Amino acid sequence: MASRGFSFQMPSVGPSEPISRVMRHVFLDHQSATPVLPEVFEAMRPYFTEYFGNASSLHQHGLRVRDALATSRKQMAGLIQADNPDDIFFTSDGTESSNLAIKGVAYANERKGRHLVVSATEHPSVMNSVEFLEKQGWTCTRVGVTPAGLIKLDELEAAITPQTVLVAVHHVNHDIGAIQPMREVGRLCAAKGVPLYVDCEASAGWLPIDVKDWGAALVSFSAHRFYGPKGAGVLYRNRKARIVSILHGGVQEGGRRAGTENVPAIVGGGVAAAIAADRLQARIAHTGVLQKRLWDGLSSRIPYIQLNGPLPGPDRITTNLNLSTEFIEGEGQLLLCDLNGIAVASGSSCVSKSLKISHVLGAIGLDHALAQGNIIMTLGEANTVEDVDYVVETFATIVKKLRGMSPMWDEFERGVIDSVIAPTGRGKSFSAHAAEVSGKPAH
Amino acid sequence: MSDTYTLYNPTVMDHFMNPRNMGDLKDADGVGEVGAAACGDIMKISLRIKDGRIEDARFKTFGCGSAIASSSMATELIKGRTIEEALSFSNEEVVDALGGLPPVKIHCSVLAEEALKAALEDYVKRHPEAAKAVAAQPVSA
Ligand code: FES
Repeated sequence: MASRGFSFQMPSVGPSEPISRVMRHVFLDHQSATPVLPEVFEAMRPYFTEYFGNASSLHQHGLRVRDALATSRKQMAGLIQADNPDDIFFTSDGTESSNLAIKGVAYANERKGRHLVVSATEHPSVMNSVEFLEKQGWTCTRVGVTPAGLIKLDELEAAITPQTVLVAVHHVNHDIGAIQPMREVGRLCAAKGVPLYVDCEASAGWLPIDVKDWGAALVSFSAHRFYGPKGAGVLYRNRKARIVSILHGGVQEGGRRAGTENVPAIVGGGVAAAIAADRLQARIAHTGVLQKRLWDGLSSRIPYIQLNGPLPGPDRITTNLNLSTEFIEGEGQLLLCDLNGIAVASGSSCVSKSLKISHVLGAIGLDHALAQGNIIMTLGEANTVEDVDYVVETFATIVKKLRGMSPMWDEFERGVIDSVIAPTGRGKSFSAHAAEVSGKPAH
Repeated sequence: MSDTYTLYNPTVMDHFMNPRNMGDLKDADGVGEVGAAACGDIMKISLRIKDGRIEDARFKTFGCGSAIASSSMATELIKGRTIEEALSFSNEEVVDALGGLPPVKIHCSVLAEEALKAALEDYVKRHPEAAKAVAAQPVSA
């Protein structure tokens, strides 16, 4: 194997060489952040220096800012087809919104019941809020998903009891891009009379959202996912859901969220929402073309690579590719991508501070070996066809380099272990082998 | 971007990007393959041993950047050492030579120590006479 001499031809960046010498920069982590659009930034600028008032003040400075918040509320409401802008609450980000949705509804309905239903693949801010409540005596049912990551509707229906006070199902999965059947979920909740909370962090600005169509009582999203600033989180709440505050202080946001509003971020977020509503179809079309080109390129250039989550199409958001490349680990792939100007994410245990694989990959039943080789690429508006072609070439070279260093690739080629993606029938499973050498039971 | 930000220090990055002693050894005298219970990664070290001394060492790693750098550094450090010296090799030496690892990544260096020890064990199993020689050595304090 060693004598085969895998050559790594990409511009190899030594530690002393600045990364700017790399020929191309491709940002493929739009799930984490997006650049603030120039027009958004311009709209925000006066709210730092000129219009610095506090929205709670009763003088000119305060009233002007209050007016700006009202405009943003309208823009945010427009993005999700909400009729009443007063149903929009501003928070610091998606995590705060989901904490408020889960804990706020749970505490408000304590007398009615202490049972929650969530999908098994919610964002950690939902999962950990639920865990927090469980320690205080609430119970929670986590509804399973199919191998593609779609919620099992029959399990969802069976999980709802007379004590259930909230159902939480995200619109699009942040890891694997699965689009949940929200209309069906909404009908089910309506039939049972239970309020539905939909986390739209991964979809707002990238997919049409209609809170009325879903019958959603609560919806959350944040502007930094669609070219707005960080610090502008939104929780939509209609009259169907009773909710109490989890932050105590002043009566900002109708008493639902105490604390001085982050005015520049909220103003910018509103403008970003208006632009997102305007460019929605163009963004979907653009990223859809790139997604197809990227997956076609990667899957034809790289053997033993698979796409996790639904196939590109109606069940998958156009921005997301979640990949498992067999026989190599994700952090190494991520680091080499970065050194070649490509920003990606990974759900491998090695990149997590808890040394656990992404719970989403666990919930779809992905083999541990495949979860270890996980890379998440999320596209955006500024990515180009040239970017995609560069990524395909570079990633193929990176995979080759890492496989050349991997004992697993070597053992696969010698028939000691088998592939999970395309089994040859020779050799034992990777998991069995890993268990043997680590002296631990298989995952 | 005018600055380069890296996840690890320059020494670790260098060993990750330009790993030393990567590969297998034809006619290795001892081979050790171990897995990390914590994260599920796997490391393999092959040794060529002559006259009680490690003449050459190679590694292959399925693991994170720290694991690759740790195996690269470990194989560098142990070349030329006697078996008994190598038997007291510890992961701390790897961490020091690398200029430190993030706390959550210390286990990656432990994997390198374990792979080396497994390779030595394999050697001793294949060469019982070497085991006797090692045992006969006076243990130095
Ligand atoms: S070996 Fe798994 S985190 Fe480093």
